[in-house]
Amino acid sequence: MTAPNHQWRQFKDVLMQIITLACAILVIVPLILVFYHLITEGFSSLNLDFFIHLPKALGEKGGGMANAIVGTFVLICEAAIVGVPIGVLGGVYLSEYGGTKFNWAIRFAADILNGVPSITWGVVVYGLMVVPMHGPSALAGGVVLGLMMIPLVMRTTEEVLQLVPGGYREAALALGIAKWKTIVQIVIRTALKGIITGILLALARIAGETAPLLFTVGGALGWAHSLKEPIAALPLQIYLYATGPYEDWHRQAWAGALVLLLLVLAINIGVRFLTRDRFQQKI
Amino acid sequence: MAANENNSVALNVKNLSVFFGKNHAVKNVSLDISACAVTAIIGPSGCGKSTFLRALNRMHELNPEARMEGEIKLFGDDIYSRNVEPVVVRRRVGMVFQKSNPFPTMSINENVTVGLRLNGVRDKKILIERTEQSLRMAALWDEVKDRLGAPAISLSGGQQQRLCIARALAVQPEVLLMDEPASALDPLATSKIEELILQLKKEYTIVIVTHNMQQAARVSDFTAFFYIGELVEFDATTKIFTSPSKKQTEDYVTGRFG
Repeated sequence: MTAPNHQWRQFKDVLMQIITLACAILVIVPLILVFYHLITEGFSSLNLDFFIHLPKALGEKGGGMANAIVGTFVLICEAAIVGVPIGVLGGVYLSEYGGTKFNWAIRFAADILNGVPSITWGVVVYGLMVVPMHGPSALAGGVVLGLMMIPLVMRTTEEVLQLVPGGYREAALALGIAKWKTIVQIVIRTALKGIITGILLALARIAGETAPLLFTVGGALGWAHSLKEPIAALPLQIYLYATGPYEDWHRQAWAGALVLLLLVLAINIGVRFLTRDRFQQKI
Repeated sequence: MAANENNSVALNVKNLSVFFGKNHAVKNVSLDISACAVTAIIGPSGCGKSTFLRALNRMHELNPEARMEGEIKLFGDDIYSRNVEPVVVRRRVGMVFQKSNPFPTMSINENVTVGLRLNGVRDKKILIERTEQSLRMAALWDEVKDRLGAPAISLSGGQQQRLCIARALAVQPEVLLMDEPASALDPLATSKIEELILQLKKEYTIVIVTHNMQQAARVSDFTAFFYIGELVEFDATTKIFTSPSKKQTEDYVTGRFG
């Protein structure tokens, strides 16, 4: 019953399995390397001072990144305020309203925007906000991150809304429920976890952005007292310290990178938690 | 037609044509649907029966290419009059679908009352009353009265379909449209739905689309036979199934084609 080239076939089978396995392992190697380096280099520098102190003056030892940590949270909140409502409502329009051709054009534009290099976003907001406002600000940083979120949130919202079976929409409309109430109370409610997942993934994506912030927030060694002032952000502080000449800065850059990675990791674990719950409910 | 002698007319359909783009799905159909009776619509797949049914509460308009001609009156009111909103029509003409579709995010009682709540009824007393009343009418009360807060999707398929019927009844429509309501259910659940239909016709006008000829014969008072978008014959069910006047109808109900 064996084919004439049985051994050759078996050899090919094993070979291909090894190649694909090797590629699969290659995917996680960078992640392991990044984690390994950040933990060995950064963990020792993580202490309470890092979280509660401001950076020390040039060349002086010690200090922390308290302002940069708070700055990153401020920027994420601003970005969410700009990006979430526009992204979600845009996604609702794409999924529930609009003509085929018009929606195709919007979708196409959103996909292009998703591929625009982040530094380009920085330049655009530099021209739109930093120049007219005579200087970088927390506001400009929040806006640039928010703009980057919009196409991401819009597309994921549209996709999860499309997953809601049409039967639910029909059932609601057949009860004489108005279309907007059907969308809010039935369709969005059914897809809510998916929408939140999309928002969290978009936040995780923009939390570590550095290039657009270079043009817009300015960075700071102290606290910002209003959104019109320059503000510090973790990615910028890491960039500054990692490229600086002092050993102590390098140490803190590692610690900052570790904190940033843990933040993104925490968001992703939150997403896992949400989606797992979703499967349990069999929606 | 002789069929309607002793009944008042719930829906008066005159020269109804429905188009989807260039496709002429329902062709110049006229018929009167009697109040407090069951009217069955039979015919082979793609003959326009579902489209006809959906035109009765303007659900076909969800398809942006849909267009209609003719007139449909619900107890004398033109449901396609320019100042009538589809939302209002659908509150008076409810619908149950082939695939049961209780809302997965809601509990059993939330599903029953959703139509009322989203149409602005806030009074708890009314909502509780209407929940029990609708579930009793849908013959589901005894099975779920102890777990009204349980998720609707925890019910069996047949129970889910009866829940959908309760949900449609809760807004107190005048007419109930059923699009193959039992075709996805097992024989036992099907017979429960059929019993239910016979109970409901005491108070409601029911129009049911079915592929199951025996079902049409068992539950309906009148039967309309559709073929390729046209109404071939409409008469009392006993007449359609024993001595139809058209050869085509006879061939179909005896299983010679379709």
